[in-house]
Amino acid sequence: MGNTRESMKEVAVDIVNLTKCYGDFTALSDVSLDIRDNEFFTLLGPSGCGKTTLLRTVAGFENVTEGAILLYGEDIANLPPNKRPVNTVFQQYALFPHMDVMQNVLFGLLRLGQDAASARARVGEVLEMVQLGGFAHRLPGQLSGGQQQRVALARALAPNPKVLLLDEPLSALDLKLRQAVRLELQQLQRDTGITFIFVTHDQEEALTMSDRIAVIAEGRVQQVGTARDIYEAPINKFVADFIGETNLIMVQVLGLADGNATCLLPGGGKCTCPAAQGAIAGEGHISVRPERVGFAEPDAGVMSGQVARLVYLGTDMHVDVTLVDGETITVRTQNSTGSYIPPVGENVGLTFEQGAARLLVD
Amino acid sequence: MVAGIENNNSSNTSTYAGLGSLLILPTWLVIGFFLVLPVLMMLVYSFLTKEFRGGVIWEFSLAAYDQFFFDRGLFGDEPPKIEWTYIIIFWRSIWLAAVATFLCLLVGFPTAWFIATRSGPNKSLWLFLITIPYWVNLLIRTISMKFLIRDTGPLNEWLLAAGVIPEPIHMINTNFAVQLGLFYSYLPFMVLPIYAAVERYNFAYSEAAADLYAGRWATLRKIILPIVKPGIIAGCILVFVPSLGAFLAPDLLGGAKNFMIGSLIEEQFKGNAGNWPFGAAAAMILLSMVLIVLTFYARQQMKQGKR
Repeated sequence: MGNTRESMKEVAVDIVNLTKCYGDFTALSDVSLDIRDNEFFTLLGPSGCGKTTLLRTVAGFENVTEGAILLYGEDIANLPPNKRPVNTVFQQYALFPHMDVMQNVLFGLLRLGQDAASARARVGEVLEMVQLGGFAHRLPGQLSGGQQQRVALARALAPNPKVLLLDEPLSALDLKLRQAVRLELQQLQRDTGITFIFVTHDQEEALTMSDRIAVIAEGRVQQVGTARDIYEAPINKFVADFIGETNLIMVQVLGLADGNATCLLPGGGKCTCPAAQGAIAGEGHISVRPERVGFAEPDAGVMSGQVARLVYLGTDMHVDVTLVDGETITVRTQNSTGSYIPPVGENVGLTFEQGAARLLVD
Repeated sequence: MVAGIENNNSSNTSTYAGLGSLLILPTWLVIGFFLVLPVLMMLVYSFLTKEFRGGVIWEFSLAAYDQFFFDRGLFGDEPPKIEWTYIIIFWRSIWLAAVATFLCLLVGFPTAWFIATRSGPNKSLWLFLITIPYWVNLLIRTISMKFLIRDTGPLNEWLLAAGVIPEPIHMINTNFAVQLGLFYSYLPFMVLPIYAAVERYNFAYSEAAADLYAGRWATLRKIILPIVKPGIIAGCILVFVPSLGAFLAPDLLGGAKNFMIGSLIEEQFKGNAGNWPFGAAAAMILLSMVLIVLTFYARQQMKQGKR
């Protein structure tokens, strides 16, 4: 699926060496990204990392200090927001409180100079698209959070923008609704063929919805890739740690060849694992996902330790193993009848699945 | 009147059980004694017969209202014609108050906008600066204004010295001076409610409007003004109503020719005219006009609220 979608790509938004400073504070530092046509692209990062600033520079609410933003080849970095053919779904929706749903969605179309009749028809169409057909004459204050979110979506989609920008649009919804809306958003993107740039701090949202994800931290792009790339082949400690759970183990890199590294683990074991591009020999960290660590007889695995704690998580069991040097490795095992779960206090060996460990850029 | 207060109280006892009715009692007493009672007294006085040199004779009469609207000649024996003198004074007052309101809005809105969009501590400073002149009595300020703008006052002298004008501009005792006085007296009443409304305004709406292809002007007209409208209307009412009844500015700056309702009423009680029932009648007519406008506005608001 991912491959067929990727093969037909033209670049929709090309962000070139973008830097944004507020006085002495650098919010975005030399950011370069290619966002492809008809792509669901997510900017993922912790709060304050610059992802919203990046989105706002694309929308035109923030000017850029340096760099360019190309929209299908045209530099829009110096255009005011009302001259950019992109629309935004705001975090708190920002629906005009004095206008009903119809007027809200109509607003952009009328500003663009569409005649009233065809604009109204378009509003009907997008309201159907977000399943709000019967709500045209309600005021925003009379709608639930989920409905407001749909109106915001309809309002931004109505002018048929070249790129739709979504600024954490799901964060104000409760969990159940959020999960349902995720799928709908993804479907909507497929149906409309509009390029979506979606900002979130929620990794689950990013992983489930996106074609590609850019992980951002401290104003810099850390890694760009598909959900699978980012989860299974994180490039550095930040990405490995931010996306999902992981064990970061300090190792001595003994040798690097053909993208593989031979590492000396704490306790004297050795493992050979893929190395992220840019990883260097010497002291480093490997990342191993908890679900890809297995148990073995003591001294039979690559590392050994003692079970310190068991945490029951429903489908899974979370096992904390304390190594000889005091570090803790987390193992995640399915709670099925066949799987072995050692009791607290047991001495165990630990094995890594093939390809599970990965040497990171520090 | 006293019965009215008791009625109000008994109807409130059922709503605010126990202590509540006691707590609200002082409010009702103050409103009743200082607001409702004087207005009712004026209402009654306006239907009494005048006594020379002030005061009233307790005898029912429509003479005050008759005098306001009809001209029956010097000795009161000619067929009634419509008396335009007072209607013109009223009309001029409404006009002056409306223009003053408009000017206050024109200057007050950008001022309020400016203050509301400053950062926290600066906001308080600007608000403080706006209110400083109002620590001085209105009379003093109006007299100062008179001093400033008279033919040989500092304003004219500066302009002359700077060579901007060849001879002094005559400003005192003109409508312009009254206008200036009203504008200056009531500007903060426009600024403060608009400030409060703009302060609550969520600037994400402006961003959303710009995102949806609205330029600055369209954003102001379609989004900002409708949303802060309650503040603007409150400001307009707070400027228009006192401007309508103002007497200091017209008296001191307008002179005899630029009479407003306020001066007319004042003169009936304090001045040479000494016609209490007529003053009361003029006040009642003014009050009814204001009430009609406010009622209309309140109904409009209620209609919108129901939507």
